[in-house]
Amino acid sequence: MATQTAVLPIAPASAGVLLPAFTLWWREIVRFYRQKSRVVGVLASPLVFWVVIGSGFGTSFRSGGGQGQQNYLDYFYPGALIMIVLFTSIFAMMSLIEDRKEGFLLSVMVAPVPRSAIVLGKVLGGTTLSAIQGMIFLVFAPFAGIHLNLPQVLLVAVVVFLVSFALTALGFAIAWPMDSTQAFHGIINLFLIPLWLLSGAMFPLARASGWIRVVMYMNPLTYGVEALRALLYPAMDTPFPLPSSMATLLLFSLVMFGLAFLMANRRTTRPAA
Amino acid sequence: MASKVSAIADAGPEVMSTSATVVISVQNLVHRYENRTALNGVSFGVRPAELFGLLGPNGSGKTTLFRILSTLMVPSAGRAAIMGYDAAQEPARVRRQIGVVFQAQSIDLKLTAYENLWHQGHLYGLRGPALKKRIYEILSRVGLADRAKDLAETFSGGMQRRIELAKGLLHHPGVLLLDEPTTGLDPGARRDLWQYLQTLRDEEHVSVLVTTHLMEEAERCDRLAIMNEGNLVALGTPAELKSEIGGDVVLLDAAHDAGLLAERIRARFLVETTVLDNQVRMEHKSAHRFVTEVVEAFPGEIEALSVSKPALEDVFIRRTGHKFWSEATNEEAQSHSDDHGRR
Repeated sequence: MATQTAVLPIAPASAGVLLPAFTLWWREIVRFYRQKSRVVGVLASPLVFWVVIGSGFGTSFRSGGGQGQQNYLDYFYPGALIMIVLFTSIFAMMSLIEDRKEGFLLSVMVAPVPRSAIVLGKVLGGTTLSAIQGMIFLVFAPFAGIHLNLPQVLLVAVVVFLVSFALTALGFAIAWPMDSTQAFHGIINLFLIPLWLLSGAMFPLARASGWIRVVMYMNPLTYGVEALRALLYPAMDTPFPLPSSMATLLLFSLVMFGLAFLMANRRTTRPAA
Repeated sequence: MASKVSAIADAGPEVMSTSATVVISVQNLVHRYENRTALNGVSFGVRPAELFGLLGPNGSGKTTLFRILSTLMVPSAGRAAIMGYDAAQEPARVRRQIGVVFQAQSIDLKLTAYENLWHQGHLYGLRGPALKKRIYEILSRVGLADRAKDLAETFSGGMQRRIELAKGLLHHPGVLLLDEPTTGLDPGARRDLWQYLQTLRDEEHVSVLVTTHLMEEAERCDRLAIMNEGNLVALGTPAELKSEIGGDVVLLDAAHDAGLLAERIRARFLVETTVLDNQVRMEHKSAHRFVTEVVEAFPGEIEALSVSKPALEDVFIRRTGHKFWSEATNEEAQSHSDDHGRR
């Protein structure tokens, strides 16, 4: 019943950043595991990608050259892992467009929540999902002739986290101004898949030439693929030392998060919904 | 008309923040999209614990106004303030004061009623046992405490709306903004929602601003702002607004040319006439006698006639010179509400 106390706000002056970010992160995780088909897709698709694409290419082309006696399925393993992370991260941010089409995002935007909390919560949610998926793929590592010890696994986890975070933040920045998932698919096909193709995932950097090689050097994903390759196949030659790849990934992550933050902070005179 | 409007809007922000004479103040608000003007200098004020309606057809600018008040959009010019805080300058402070219920669904169907409110509470800095207590409190207020652990997707449209309302009220806002909250609801659920808004005003002294395009909903408001094409065309209580109509409203269906008929009636009886499609509309103090005279004067020219007490729609017609719904917008509105119903 109506007492005078009911009128007084019971909420503190500000929700801060962490509590809203936590709640948005947790919602992302809960939503994901409530959609059973998404969970199945997450577990099955990595294996399918790796085996089908890897085996197909392996028998069609001789890898040879700089990769020595390594067979293509093995060569492709780090690239497949990055592809899984790329797809999960980017598709996770499709939920941002859904949140916008439904009213959920609106209700977050009219709450006294700093935009940085929205970006942080959503991006960490997507990052968590895609990092988990990437790490699940490590189960198949023995089939690629990879046997990891614990420190290696932890380093792989760091690399996977950084790549997931950067790509999810990139996905956030792309998805934020969009109002349809179709347009988002367009961007993925035009921009993100070529980004992956030119990351050393499918063919080695050493054998690329001309402008392709330049693009590959400028592609931040290249450093993710090479960092993984360096960790998974320590005996192989890599074009970049691990610390410099990791530093590049960290920089990539920070720049992408900054970009996502800038996108979310634009206050606009256009319709927000 | 204009002077009446500005007199109410004149209460300055300084007055508001201290003595709270006006909780929402809109002053000369202008908003332009790329190629059209959605708000063309609108001013009004909403008083404490008032159920204030914003009535207008689609495209009248009420949704734009709603977005500006809820801090989602920055106006091109003018000022909108809630509890004395400028919505464009101090959005964070305004957001603390307001609860917002959007026309589009904002609850997450993959989450339970409880989880939806739990996340909402976190966004407002509520947590722990206090939040839990508040969630059950608000859920019982909207009659859904026993469904707290059920997924929102298993709820009916009316129940989902009540969760929306609970979300908007969770943090005890002093001001509640609702954008066409009854869209897609059946008549029973509509009535419940309006009753609840009245309870909220009476018992918790919440100031409520609600947009609607339904006359019968507008009738239930304490005061109304009627909008048309970005302009405020009327402001007052429903009774005040209707009382400005001079007597009863007479509508004639013309057998041939409505324009011609209107002109002839005007010349003969010296009354003001408005032509709406094939109808002639007039206001008259003693309508029952007047219609007999008109029918006798123009035999065969009139197909049907009606006399009615003034309604809000008559206020709209009087102020704008056209019907609230043209045929085209009516259809559009219909498909619009269907859209939202399906979500």
